[in-house]
Amino acid sequence: MSNKPDFVSIGDVSKHFGSVRAVDGVSLDIAQGEFFALLGPSGCGKTTLLRILGGFEAPNSGNVHIDGADMTLQPPNRRPVNMVFQNYAIFPHLNVRENIGYGLRKEGLSKQQIAERVDEALATVKLEGLGGRGATEVSGGQRQRVALARALVKHPKVLLLDEPLSALDKNLREQMRVELRALQQQVGITFIFVTHDQEEALSMADRIAVMFDGKVRQVDTPEHLYETPRSKDVAAFIGSMNFIDATVEGADGDALIVDAGPVGRIRAGLPADGAPAAGTTVIVGIRPEKLILADSPPGEGANSIRARLTAASYLGERSHYFLQVDGLAEPLSIARQNTQAQLLHEADAGSELWLTWSPASGIVLPAAG
Amino acid sequence: MNLLANLRRPDGLLGYSILYLIFLYVPVLFLPLFSFNDSIYITFPLSGFTTQWYEKMIESEVLLNALGNSVKVAACVSVISTILGTLAARAFTRYRFAGRKPMLGLLVLPLVVPGIILGIALLIMMNWAGIELSLVTIGAAHVLIATPFATFVMISRLEGFDANLEEASRDLGESGWTTFWRVTFPLAYPGIVASLLLTFTESFDEFILAFFLAGNEATLPLYIWSQLRFPKTLPVVLALGACILLASFIVITFAEWVRRRGVKPVESDS
Repeated sequence: MSNKPDFVSIGDVSKHFGSVRAVDGVSLDIAQGEFFALLGPSGCGKTTLLRILGGFEAPNSGNVHIDGADMTLQPPNRRPVNMVFQNYAIFPHLNVRENIGYGLRKEGLSKQQIAERVDEALATVKLEGLGGRGATEVSGGQRQRVALARALVKHPKVLLLDEPLSALDKNLREQMRVELRALQQQVGITFIFVTHDQEEALSMADRIAVMFDGKVRQVDTPEHLYETPRSKDVAAFIGSMNFIDATVEGADGDALIVDAGPVGRIRAGLPADGAPAAGTTVIVGIRPEKLILADSPPGEGANSIRARLTAASYLGERSHYFLQVDGLAEPLSIARQNTQAQLLHEADAGSELWLTWSPASGIVLPAAG
Repeated sequence: MNLLANLRRPDGLLGYSILYLIFLYVPVLFLPLFSFNDSIYITFPLSGFTTQWYEKMIESEVLLNALGNSVKVAACVSVISTILGTLAARAFTRYRFAGRKPMLGLLVLPLVVPGIILGIALLIMMNWAGIELSLVTIGAAHVLIATPFATFVMISRLEGFDANLEEASRDLGESGWTTFWRVTFPLAYPGIVASLLLTFTESFDEFILAFFLAGNEATLPLYIWSQLRFPKTLPVVLALGACILLASFIVITFAEWVRRRGVKPVESDS
């Protein structure tokens, strides 16, 4: 399979509803066979963008190409694209087999061929033996599989999934993440899915586009998105992050020296696009799990600061601690796995500890946004 | 439930319910009873069993003619008003357009305007437009009052199902028209049956509009009303009433059977 990098190409697409710009000048290229996530808070335009790809909304401007063909104004039934709806939209008057075979009637296949394709799809989603069940007689998880099979049986070039796991309960959801990912690898079809759940996006997608207010803010692999977000908004939306205001002093090898006010002079990671000029105001972001609690000051090279424990919350496999640095507006949050380290409790509040972190854990972000 | 225990309950609700049912159904049951009574007087004691009124009914050409007229009009009315009602209900449930709410309100109006007013108004209009009174004018008037019923029946049916189903069908390659036949119609079907029956009966027993707008052909209610002046034919009317009662019972049972066989609208569980 030649993996065309612009298999799905969205060119400067905008969609307005009245005065609301639901999608605002979005351009994206999605490669063939990619598992792509559109991630953002509700109302960010991700679902509208998905519906534009499916043909359920026409963009006010811009264009959509799929495998080189202009699809901008094609109706849904003329697109090589199928959709798994958020509530699955299983036809209640048809049984499971009839639901899955629904879209094959127009493909000029014999009854025999249709039956084979439906059997194949039932096997793909592990629903063998349930073909005769009524659509209303299967569980929520099975309904999702029916919806998947109904779309996959058409052999679409692109499969669109609107919040595919949101209607499932938590355990099933985590199981389905793994299954959905495996299914996508197996069929090799380009999957584009919409979600507001960052964990879902991180665990399933090859690449993620983060959307806010109708605009795409960053497109990256899950790892890059988490480790090197390019703006405060993205950093705060993907996982959690401590933000410290700072002023650039200069570069030193692969580290950036900044004056972080109450935290003092610290070393942070050098941004990929080079060191900002001295005097530039920036924000240093540090993930809670990258802050390390210590009883004594660390060795040379690491950042450290003395801080006071204000709150502790125990979450089973990990704990969250909040430590106040004098002069900072908000306490820093620290996440620690509950492995061998001694647990801290509410009762320990007020005790002074050392916080240390490596320079590379400090992500330098532009001050605005 | 234990009936005796309920009878002893101090609130007497069961007693009230029984009285109410008697009030509701006993007068109706007099119809079949007296239709087999061998006397032209509708009084007790009963004077003997006969089927002569039924025989006379079948022999009466005027009656059969009126019955035929009513069935013709009611059948046309039910089909036309159900089609109009279905289309209107679709617009009301699928689209958000300017004036949607006021239009829904205006739709109820024919239901609350007294029939006699509507009848006079329509008669004046027909005269003004130079349209000759006939079964067609009766039918037109019946469509006017039956369409709101059909619309409300269909709105309640269409509101229950998910717009995504139609989108899913489009997504799977069907056009708007084939989507209607493969998804919308099968799901709306129990509602359509209910609407057809409701509008049929609405037209079948309608009197006032028919009275104003009839030409020289009578519908069944008009015929029955005209016969009330002749005591001798009254038992025939009773026999006719009993037949209609039986037919209604069969039709309603059938409709209920169809409705229960139809698929329940599935609530989306998101």
